[in-house]
Amino acid sequence: MVVFDRPKSLTDREFHYCSGCMHGVVHRLVAEVLDELEIRGKTVGIAPVGCSVFAYNYFNCDMIQSPHGRAPAVATGVKRVHPENAVFTYQGDGDLAAIGTAETVHAAARGENITVIFINNAIYGMTGGQMAPTTMPGQVTSTSPYGRKAEIQGLPIRVCEMLSTLDGVAYAERVSADCVKNIRAAKKAIKKAFEYQIAKKGFTIVEVLSNCPTNWGKSPVESLEWMRTNLMPYYPIGVYKDIELNKKPEVENNA
Amino acid sequence: MSEMVLMKGNEAMSEAAIKCGCRYYFGYPITPQNEIAEYMAARMPQAGGFSLQAESEIAAINMVLGASAAGARVFTSSSSPGISLKTEGISYIAGSDLPCVIANVQRGGPGLGGIQPAQSDYHQATKAMGHGDMRLIVLAPNSVQEIAEHTVLAFDLADLYRTPVMILTDGALGQMMEPVDFGKLKINKPPEKTWAAAGHSDKRPPNIINSLYLDPKDLEAAVLERYKNKYNIIDEKEVRYEEFDTEDADIVIVSYGIVSRIAKVAVNMLKDKGVKAGYFRPVTLSPFPSGRLGEIAETAKRFLVSELNMGQMTDDVRLAAGCKKPVDFFGRTGGIITTPEEIYNAAAKVLEE
Ligand SMILES: Cc1ncc(C[n+]2csc(CCOP(=O)(O)OP(=O)(O)O)c2C)c(N)n1
Ligand code: SF4
Repeated sequence: MVVFDRPKSLTDREFHYCSGCMHGVVHRLVAEVLDELEIRGKTVGIAPVGCSVFAYNYFNCDMIQSPHGRAPAVATGVKRVHPENAVFTYQGDGDLAAIGTAETVHAAARGENITVIFINNAIYGMTGGQMAPTTMPGQVTSTSPYGRKAEIQGLPIRVCEMLSTLDGVAYAERVSADCVKNIRAAKKAIKKAFEYQIAKKGFTIVEVLSNCPTNWGKSPVESLEWMRTNLMPYYPIGVYKDIELNKKPEVENNA
Repeated sequence: MSEMVLMKGNEAMSEAAIKCGCRYYFGYPITPQNEIAEYMAARMPQAGGFSLQAESEIAAINMVLGASAAGARVFTSSSSPGISLKTEGISYIAGSDLPCVIANVQRGGPGLGGIQPAQSDYHQATKAMGHGDMRLIVLAPNSVQEIAEHTVLAFDLADLYRTPVMILTDGALGQMMEPVDFGKLKINKPPEKTWAAAGHSDKRPPNIINSLYLDPKDLEAAVLERYKNKYNIIDEKEVRYEEFDTEDADIVIVSYGIVSRIAKVAVNMLKDKGVKAGYFRPVTLSPFPSGRLGEIAETAKRFLVSELNMGQMTDDVRLAAGCKKPVDFFGRTGGIITTPEEIYNAAAKVLEE
């Protein structure tokens, strides 16, 4: 009996991600969900500009590479032409919450029936470790060498909290890729998001707290620990919006 | 069968798009092209299509990218400042070999400029519609009827070559009403889009729509391939122009779009005065009819370019004429439409020199 196999929704291409980077794990979660829901054949994925730009080589479904930040607009175009397809974007924090903020907010406001997988690693990975909109107060990056200061760069954006105020959002959950338990929960959230999309409930987003050992200057293990002590208190995991439960924000603080 | 109606240029463009099978429109309001978005908002649902006011021109062009990648005939429109915002998306669309139609109903610039007719986006449309080694096909109709015909042509060329096509009009052509006969439109079925990203249903390998090539060798190869099998063929086959009395002319007036109608009057005024005047109108601004202009330069004595800008097409005409004959310019800018008398006087003046 095979207990652990490559999901059919991933190609044989070897990931180019740095060792210990959680991008690959989250790719796998999305692929497992596409397999379990048996929707690979009708799925179109939108790759961002960021470390995960090559997502189009890894997912075994039709893929489109989008301009930086525009993935939700590209997804809107696909979904409006093929409402029965499953359409997802996979975006980093620079892509989604800086250059693509308008596209993100308005796709959510319109209640576009798409699923957004949002990797929040508090940094720009691909361009070499610059400050992101989600960079922590005090966090040193290559463009905030003295640490992010509220009076200069402002404070981080909490995306799930912000989007959950919009009526078009059907599901918004923040999860974390820091440990096995939370990774399991992340998969559940991703599955739920796709199920809601297929049921045409509206815009769905799963924010995955993730790491960037390379640009954080940490070992993979240290980076996970840093997530727990720094990111998770600031970005509490939990369900921020569930249209089915008509939920007020109910946040589990795993700090 | 004649289907004659009186319509604004902007409306005729919208109706022609629907008539040739476009069912998706994404736009953002800006004068003087709002009639397009308004017409689409009203007509698309009736035609079983979809029209959306996006949050910006950037979003609109990326929705176009998505819809085109998914295999649809798709259309967007704007006016000058909004077109500047679309350039990023247009470059990605060109780099991903996707078809789409973009209308620029030009107004005066730079900056917020004005809202009156202009042709000051000629350079942008023909030379710099986005970053990278890329081009568009640019059509410049000069009547409401031709706007309708060019819209159909634009969709056909876009699908045939998998390239963005721009219809370049201006506030005057967009806003003026003229009779248009939709019965004259030749509607072709779009080709099958086996490359589209619309779900593979487990029947084929995934389709990937992409403009990224990190290895410079691969990127160069992709660009060379695009020039060889697309742009060079377009240069060969898709040049369109209109002319009369250009052979042996004392002066050939070169103009496009709305100005070509004014120039035609000026040419006839010159003829009435006994001047051997000719008329030349590039119908495609890209590809530019350089070859034909070069031939004309063999026998004609000089050229006068007239546009609603500071002479942006003049260099193209000079290059085409190969410096064999003088090329002068007369134009108005900022939203002022030149008169036939002004062009006549400009021609008379250079002829006196
Ligand atoms: C218009 C534009 N501006 C800037 C860039 C450069 N750029 C590439 S990726 C990136 C940031 C990516 O960071 P993020 O979205 O957080 O993803 P990560 O790499 O961390 O996964 C930037 C700024 C670009 N490609 N396009
Ligand atoms: S740079 Fe950071 S985000 Fe990018 S692959 Fe490496 S570890 Fe992952």
